[in-house]
Order: sequence, then C-alpha cells, then structure tokens
Amino acid sequence: MRLGDFLSRLYLVALFAFVFAPIVTSMVFSFNSDRFPTVPLGHFTLNWYETAFARPEVWTAFGNSVLVALCAAALSTALGFATAYTDFRYGFRFKNAYLALALLPPTIPLVIMGLAMLAWLGRIGLSGTLPGIVIAHTVMGAPFAMAICRLRLQQMDASLEAAAWNLGASPWRAMRSVVLPFCLPALISAYCLTAAVSFDEFIVAWFVSGLNKTVPVMILEILQGNVDPQINAIGTVVFLTSMTLVIVAQLLILRKTAR
Amino acid sequence: MPKRLPVYPYVWRLPLLIWQGLFFVGPLILMVAMSFWLVRNYRMEPAFVFDNWERMLGRDYFWNAYFITVWRASVAAVLASLIAFPASFTLAFRVSESARRWAIFFLIVPFFTSYLVRIYAWQVLLAESGPINAVLGMVGLGPFTMLNSGFGATVGYLTLVLPLVVILQTFSLASVDRNLIEAAWNLGANRRATLFRVIIPAAKVGLILGLVFAFILSFGDFVSPFYLGGSKPPTLSILIIDTTKSGQQWPRAAVVAVMMIVTLFVVAFAAVGAAYGRRK
Repeated sequence: MRLGDFLSRLYLVALFAFVFAPIVTSMVFSFNSDRFPTVPLGHFTLNWYETAFARPEVWTAFGNSVLVALCAAALSTALGFATAYTDFRYGFRFKNAYLALALLPPTIPLVIMGLAMLAWLGRIGLSGTLPGIVIAHTVMGAPFAMAICRLRLQQMDASLEAAAWNLGASPWRAMRSVVLPFCLPALISAYCLTAAVSFDEFIVAWFVSGLNKTVPVMILEILQGNVDPQINAIGTVVFLTSMTLVIVAQLLILRKTAR
Repeated sequence: MPKRLPVYPYVWRLPLLIWQGLFFVGPLILMVAMSFWLVRNYRMEPAFVFDNWERMLGRDYFWNAYFITVWRASVAAVLASLIAFPASFTLAFRVSESARRWAIFFLIVPFFTSYLVRIYAWQVLLAESGPINAVLGMVGLGPFTMLNSGFGATVGYLTLVLPLVVILQTFSLASVDRNLIEAAWNLGANRRATLFRVIIPAAKVGLILGLVFAFILSFGDFVSPFYLGGSKPPTLSILIIDTTKSGQQWPRAAVVAVMMIVTLFVVAFAAVGAAYGRRK
C-alpha cells in the first residue's frame, strides 16, 4: 500500500513533468546563449530578448494582440453573460437548440473556422483587418465566458432577483443592483480567460489577419523559417501575459467557490 | 415574473442569436455552399456543381490524408486516455481535496498558454542534436530521430490533449458514489473487479468524453503534424491550409472541411450514444 501510494504519486509527477516540460524549456532556453540548445547549457544571456524587442514589428504585433484581446474579451464576456442569464432565467421553445448554438463553436476545428471566416469576412470587407480578428475571437470566446457566468449564476438564489422586483425594483434596476454585483467576480474572470484565449489564438487569426499580424501569427511565420531562439523570448513574454490573466481568473473562481 | 415587459428578456436573448448567426452559422453555411462553386481564371463563381467534390474525393491523395488523420487522432485519443487514467485515479481517490484542486488548476494553466510556443519547445527538445538525445547519448543510447515522424506528431497531440483528458477523467472518477465502492468491497469484490465492474462503468460518461475530446482536438490540429510530424504525409488540416494558401482553390479546401465536420459529427454522436445509451 505504501509502495503503491508512492508509485502513483511518482506517476503523477511524471505526467506533470511532461505537461510542463515545453513551458519550462522555452523559458530556460530564452536565457541560453546557444542557437541550437542542448545539454550542457550555454551561458546566461538576454541577447534574444534584446534582438526580438529591437524589432519594431514585434512591438506592432504586441499592440495588435493587446488591442484585439481587450476588445474580443469585452464582447465575449457581454455575449456570454447575456446568454448565461437567459439560460438561468428563462425557459422557451427551442432552448436546447439555442444552447447548442451557444456552446458549439469550440468543437469546430480552428482550421475550418479559419477558412469559413476568411471567406465570410472577405465578402463583407473585413478580411485582413483587426475588427475581423476581433469578430472571430469573440465567436470562440463567448462559450467560455458563458460557462463561467452560468456557474456563478448557479450559486445565486433565484428568489433574490424576485425579491428585488417585489420591493418595487424594475427588472433593469434588479439587474444592476442585484445580479450584476453578484456576478462581478465571474465577469472579471471571464474577461481574463477570454482575453487569454484571444491572445494565444493563431490559426483563425492567421487566416484572416493579412498584414495586421498578432504576436502568435508572427511566431507562426518565424517558425516556418529556421530555428530561432527569439521565439523563446517572445514566447516567454506571451506565456507570462496569459499566465497572469489565467491566474487572476482562477483566483477569482477559487475564492468564490470557497465562500 | 414581472408582467408586460417584452423588451427585457430579448435584450439578453437576442445578442447571441444575432452574433452567432452572423459570424458563426453564416460563415459555416457559406463554406458549405462554396464547396459547390466554380473556380474560373483564379476567381470563384457561385454555382452548383460537383466538380470540387469529384476532384477531391476521386483522389488517393485525399483519402490517404483522411485515413492518416483518423488513425493518428485515434491513436492519440486512446494513448491519452490510457496515460491519463492512472493519474486521474490518483487525483480522484488518493489525494486530499485541496491537492486535487491545485492539480486541476495546474492542468488548466497550459490550456491557456501558447500551444505554438510549446510545440516549438518540443521541436528543440526532440531534435537530433537536442537535449533529450544528448542525455540519452550519455548513457550510450541513440541518437534517435524523433522529429518529422508519427512519434513527433503524437508527442504534440498529447501535449495538447492530456491536461483536458486528465481533468475530465478526474471529475468523473471523483464523483463516483463512494458507497458504491464500499458496497463492492463488502460484497467481496477484489480490487480488479471493483475497478472494472464498479468504478469504470460508473465513471463511463467522463471517460468517453475525455476520449472524444482528445479525438476531436487531435483530428483538427494543424500545428503538431506540421511542425513535429513533418507534414508528410499531410493530415486533413494541412491539406486545407495548403489548398487555401495556394491561390483561389478555396472551394476544394471547403470540401475537405465539410468532410472533416461530417466525420466529427459521426464520432460525436456515436460517443454520446455510447456514453448515455443503454445502461446496464
């Protein structure tokens, strides 16, 4: 039993090592002097960061990514909340179809979304623009936002809102003073997570971005050339950005389940 | 419920319908329609012809890609499920509640970090002269060619799907009724019987869900087969990108996409049937 316990823990550690190996590797190699890294490591350097961030197009790409992520996250969160509230509050005909529509996008392969979006956005003249990427990322982010808001609403006493109505509040007023404040942590964490989704998404963005590249699209294009440790440097910054977003979101989720 | 306020519910209900209708259903319908269009002088013309379908489905090239994609995704899904199971079992039954919560947290993190950068890291790690071969060389093994092969692609797929599979399995195992397990013990079932005849059937839904999600994600993935699998033979997603980026052959790419969606639907429905259908 002791041995079994020990072995099963060891297995767990091995699995986590596999999952985190690429993340750690990329961070370590971003500070490593060798162009083709191997063991033993070369010496410590900030060279790759300096080269990468001396390029103006890297800064432009970061600007694009941040802008797209901020907008797509706002739209996803708004859509997700509205949908979650609808599901929580109302029953209606075809509700199952409605929910299927809300939750389906993540099951469609990104390559297919990319192709479909490219054709569609081309028709309405948004292909190759940042709003085009925002639209695509909102479609992909909204289901995540909805799931998070729905979980939070689940914890709300349904009669709370009814009580506000009975006390004379209009539905709008009840929404503003009861439902929204209750959902605030979920809204923030949904915003962070959908921003992280958008910040890391590259397939659809690659199809529709044209010349307005985001960071992952730029990484993708550098990757098609040679081994280039600048990717580790850019990648580490991207990691830290999305990790921060995810950790903020998780802390809010964990805190609310603890209560 | 307040009376006479028809505006309020629709303010919440309609945005999703409008947005997903315009930017999700619309594009997908256009793509299906596009698969019947004509390409003349490098320009697409709306039409209703089966040219693209005949041309794509009549080629061995397409079917080779189709079967390699299905095969690799199936291998990845089965492997991921098998590798994940002991870990999920430990997380569900052998660690404390808070340890489990932290484990789940750390499994969610990679899902939101750049998949592309992780695959690049594997590219460096698995290279012929990379760190893994260097370590193996110290004990007199190798060097092994791990990149540009099915093995490389599989490592990539597992990086993508393993965390999700562990999460789904852990949740379903952890929610198995403990009384059921105690009852099995009390009735004299040994460990093996308890595992295979009580725990696994009770956790069936989550286990199948993990398998299916692993399949869906691997099936549609472009990065692993391209950067770690060497893109030869191409998978369906590589085929779509090659066909799209090489000029105006979007209708043919649309044919491939429709075939992929149909396959995924069949797999998803079969899985739902297996998960929720006939319980013994």
